[in-house]
Amino acid sequence: MLAVENLEVVYEDVILVLKGVSLQAPQGSIVALLGPNGAGKTTVLRAITGLLDVHRGRITKGRVTLNGTELNSLSAPQIVSAGVGQVMEGRRIFREFTVEENLRAGGYTASRQQISEGLERSYERFPVLAERRKQVAGYLSGGEQQMLAIGRALMAQPSYLLLDEPSLGVAPKIVQQLRDLIVQINEAGTSVLLVEQNAAMALSVATHGYVLETGRIVMDKPAAQLREDDDVREFYLGLHGNERGSLRDVKQYRRRKRWLS
Amino acid sequence: MDELISSLVRGLGLGGLYALLGVSFVIIFRATGVINFATPALMILGAFFTGAFGNAVGLPFWLSVLLGMAIMAIIGMIIERVALRPMVGRPAFSAATVTVGIFIILLIISGRLIGSELLTVNDPFGLDTVIVFGATIFTVDIARFIVALVAIGIVGLFLARSRTGLAMRATALDQETSLAQGINVGRMFGLSWGIAAAMAALAGALLTAGSSGIETTVALVALKALPVIILGGLDSIKGSVVAGIIIGIAESITRTYQPIYAPWLGANFDVIVPYIIMIIVLMVRPYGLFGTREVVRV
Repeated sequence: MLAVENLEVVYEDVILVLKGVSLQAPQGSIVALLGPNGAGKTTVLRAITGLLDVHRGRITKGRVTLNGTELNSLSAPQIVSAGVGQVMEGRRIFREFTVEENLRAGGYTASRQQISEGLERSYERFPVLAERRKQVAGYLSGGEQQMLAIGRALMAQPSYLLLDEPSLGVAPKIVQQLRDLIVQINEAGTSVLLVEQNAAMALSVATHGYVLETGRIVMDKPAAQLREDDDVREFYLGLHGNERGSLRDVKQYRRRKRWLS
Repeated sequence: MDELISSLVRGLGLGGLYALLGVSFVIIFRATGVINFATPALMILGAFFTGAFGNAVGLPFWLSVLLGMAIMAIIGMIIERVALRPMVGRPAFSAATVTVGIFIILLIISGRLIGSELLTVNDPFGLDTVIVFGATIFTVDIARFIVALVAIGIVGLFLARSRTGLAMRATALDQETSLAQGINVGRMFGLSWGIAAAMAALAGALLTAGSSGIETTVALVALKALPVIILGGLDSIKGSVVAGIIIGIAESITRTYQPIYAPWLGANFDVIVPYIIMIIVLMVRPYGLFGTREVVRV
């Protein structure tokens, strides 16, 4: 179980971004973390993976645990070795590297044998990458780059995979593929924490969902219930009951409406 | 014709040295984005250790060169850990200024170490010559060129093929993403300093082989690596090799022919030729021959 307990994160010593966030991703699950821009979703992932100092952030309260062991004090490479892999927002592949070099970089912590197995598995899972293994990764399409980023993260054979907005900037058809891919990865034994703005996609695969707004978890329900929730339907799935309302009404309504009120 | 051949070979020898120094700069620049102005002092210190092993301990030349490189690699890593790691995330300009401070400290230390006695690296070449096509060639120049190319080739292979080399290149491209892959970025910084310092030490040993003794003033030669990295491109090892050879030959040819054809330029004009090339390159092609085409402020 990957657990975050009462996490408080401060950037630059003054900007309080997370105000006591708790969430749990049990072994074998797919957990979705939803929320609007600037809610702190990426910060949650940075706190888990030890990348806060790069952004001058700090955990001031709370803790992150993996199967009971605390991760707060570990460095980012140690956390990767502990079995938490991540795909960062915007894919962040090494553009100047070839596809294969990218994958090998992802297997930095793995053994020689794991790397060759991992390469084989990645090429099997993503035939596109196999075709382009010697090509420079920067020339791949957005969807292919996303697959490369996911393949790279899987090279270290993580037990938990954190995905930050995999659907960002890729075609709707690819979003479908990514969705199926996430299910496949999960079935192969990797638990997934999925951070998304595309709530429809995230809730269609997740077992449990959290909604994060301005640094607080405002909803914490099984995904099936979230899909039926009126507020989530309106704000995240873009559905207003059955009839189409005027945009002006929506605005006024949103201004008055507060979560949990 | 004889003159041309001898000056070409001397140029290749010089070029090998400049290429080594250029690679030393490039490796640190690529990994950390910092121009390491301490390189000249690292070079002198490396020459001193090589000389000390050769003279005081009495080891064979090549063994003392390897030991000198090893010691300098360790010193380089210590410098990185103590003085430059705290600068990570600060502007590259501040870190470059720190390296200037390190340069001065190391230069004074090496001045003390060398003392007033004439110290040589105890090399087997001396002023030996061979005759090729009727031209007199110093064997030390041939050794410089070949050893430099071999050393750079080994470093290039290491970066291209090994897992650690891949991690170093990844760190150079994107530090945060490298961290997320489990790469220990700090260790890669240290390693790049270690390799760079070893390259500088090798350059020092080769430079002071031949006739000259080890003196702190020789450090100025290492500054010729600046024209080399500007011409070759700040982030390109291949560029350093090509530019090193070009600049070495340009300097050597000028030394041979300028007193004959353009005596009005005065004595020792060859010394400033690399800098003239640097200024021209900065005006027409500031990213160099092989550099990434983006403006990097130094």
